Amino acid sequence: MAAGLLAPMIRFAIDPVLQSQEKSGDLVNVNLSVDDITDTPQRVDWEVQQVDGWYESNINRTAWVYKDENGEIVALSPICTHLGCFVSWEGSEDYPNEFYCPCHDGRYYKDGTNVPGTPPLRPLDVYEHAVENGMLYLGEPKPREGA
Amino acid sequence: MIQKIYDWIDDRVDITPIWRDIADHEVPEHVNPAYHFSAFVYCFGGLTFFVVVIQVLSGMFLTMYYVPDIENAWRSVYYLQTQVAHGQIVRGMHHWGASVVIVMLLLHTLRVFFQGAYKKPRELNWMIGVLLFFVMLGLGFTGYLLPWDNKAYFATQVGLQIAEQVPFIGEHLLTLLAGDPNIVGAQTLTRFFAIHVFFLPAALFALLAVHFILIRRQGISGPL
Repeated sequence: MAAGLLAPMIRFAIDPVLQSQEKSGDLVNVNLSVDDITDTPQRVDWEVQQVDGWYESNINRTAWVYKDENGEIVALSPICTHLGCFVSWEGSEDYPNEFYCPCHDGRYYKDGTNVPGTPPLRPLDVYEHAVENGMLYLGEPKPREGA
Repeated sequence: MIQKIYDWIDDRVDITPIWRDIADHEVPEHVNPAYHFSAFVYCFGGLTFFVVVIQVLSGMFLTMYYVPDIENAWRSVYYLQTQVAHGQIVRGMHHWGASVVIVMLLLHTLRVFFQGAYKKPRELNWMIGVLLFFVMLGLGFTGYLLPWDNKAYFATQVGLQIAEQVPFIGEHLLTLLAGDPNIVGAQTLTRFFAIHVFFLPAALFALLAVHFILIRRQGISGPL
């Protein structure tokens, strides 16, 4: 009887865990022409629709976008993989050519790989991206394996 | 008048032995600050409980105005803080009491530790006490989000990321706490509210009951 009473409640409580499948959101035009992407990471801001249970809203997203040495477009999430602060390109004068997190001196190389010995345990997430009619489209940030 | 009412009830249901059994018992001399002032260290457990009572009462009254909804949570706190008579005091009691309770709890823990009062036969009560400590930290963590201001939001963001670092189950733990794998939002706030106001207090009361019953069964540890 206790099980019969508790089972629905427990299933109710853990629903978010069982519901969450890997979602691939639609790619969104971020209003940046591919021609304007240089080899220096630049900050790109755009809006996406977010559904949070019963609450729908538009939220801001940010990426650091550049072309690597092969001309490939890279769009990195600015969210520090240590504890979620905002990471900036050359955010500290002491560390040129690196992403820098002001919270605990977390650092990342240009390709987003975390500098060993600094707090982050894995590289910055990478946004899915596509190019259509010369414009950049970005999707969901995807985590990568630790260094 | 009150004596008459008491007698009338006692005559019928004999309540005197019940409260006598709970409240009327000897406190040994070595823990009574009236005899030895240094015995004030024995008061920290009782003081912790006293602050807990304040927290429960002020929290009950806060929910008369507070709503756990991301559109209105901050506004309801702002309203009760600025418009409601004594709102600053009631919320202040809950806000400052939350810190004081942790301080008292730590002082109580230190006393028990350095007097070796946790040793046989009181090991079980030490373990209950550790569980109480975790429940208190959980109450602090979940309560911190409820005002839904910037500090609350980002502190919770960081706290959830820490939970995510737990080996193997970290990601599920995060989703279970936040209600969504990626968003700290509407579902996080309702969950934290439910945990803060119903689940953890229930656990707290149960553990406190065991804590106190064990003290009565085993008595207070002897003098150093």
